[in-house]
Amino acid sequence: MGEVIKVGMADLNICKSPNIITTLGLGSCIGIALYDPVTKIGGLAHIMLPDSTQIRNNSNIAKFADTGIEELVKRVIGAGASKSRLKAKIAGGAKMFAVSKLSDVGNVGERNAIASRLKLKQLGIPLVAEDTGLNYGRTVELHCETGEFYIKSVGKPLKII
Amino acid sequence: MAAYSLNEVNEMYVDVLKEIGNIGAGNATTAIASMLQLKLDMQVPKVQLLTFQELGSAVCPEDETIVGIYLEVQGDIEGSMMFLMHLDSAHFLVNRLMGRGDDYLGDFDEMDMSALKEIGNIIAGSYLNALSSMTRLTLSPSIPYISIDMAAAILSVPAIQFGQIGDNALLIETEFGDDVMINGYFILLPELDSYEKILKSLGISM
Repeated sequence: MGEVIKVGMADLNICKSPNIITTLGLGSCIGIALYDPVTKIGGLAHIMLPDSTQIRNNSNIAKFADTGIEELVKRVIGAGASKSRLKAKIAGGAKMFAVSKLSDVGNVGERNAIASRLKLKQLGIPLVAEDTGLNYGRTVELHCETGEFYIKSVGKPLKII
Repeated sequence: MAAYSLNEVNEMYVDVLKEIGNIGAGNATTAIASMLQLKLDMQVPKVQLLTFQELGSAVCPEDETIVGIYLEVQGDIEGSMMFLMHLDSAHFLVNRLMGRGDDYLGDFDEMDMSALKEIGNIIAGSYLNALSSMTRLTLSPSIPYISIDMAAAILSVPAIQFGQIGDNALLIETEFGDDVMINGYFILLPELDSYEKILKSLGISM
């Protein structure tokens, strides 16, 4: 077993086999994992908001789905992955509190998921699996040896996608 | 009214929040003490200005389970607020409220969840009353929403809201109790124009 690389909130990083890259407690945020099965190079981004163009204060590119995914693709390719082989898996985008009105808080998780799918599509990266929505937090791990994406939640069995 | 620099305004804002935290924690402690028929003391609240990256682990390790109670605020100030406590504090309060022994640590049932919501409601209401009477602004909170989950997942909700306007979040930590100390964390999330309204009503202009 390799070492474990931790990605914080509004952060991203790359990882090579046999290492594992993880981010803890995704709520409404989304964890986007990219993986090249041949070179076994992967990357993980933890984005908070869907769209950098809607926010004035947008200097942290890892905070947004659009700029975060773009940067993550650049970084994994820079590390030796092939863009044409990249596959994506995403998790998170929960609605942590059952707020009644359709406020920003209520649907930011869903908007994050939609923005992530859209950006991947624009970049031509197939989204092969996802575990998004519902009302609970998720800790995710990308195992770069296998490309498996582990999802851990409180009081639920381990899910591998 | 004199104009102040952003730093000075931030400093004053922190002071105001500290004072609101003080009064609010005092009110909350009194309310909970009378509800549980306990004698409770409180410590002076600590106010921390954190980046949203730090927020996820400010209360406990990111993947530890905590209790979060969330309310939306409407009226002169629009926004939301969140009250957080550790699982053991929540167990202690619920056990006392339901007349169970302190050592019961089973899963919360539906009754326990509404008891927790009510505790959150009382605590949040105490803070909002303090804020309302200091600023003379009208505030009305929504019903409380509860989530028991990983700290980082719950804290992503305020982090995302702070993330839309900047990179910092204010966390107020209060401690109250007698032989068992209870730690509670409080986050106030005014919308940007409400933030200005709060300052203005206190005679601080930007």
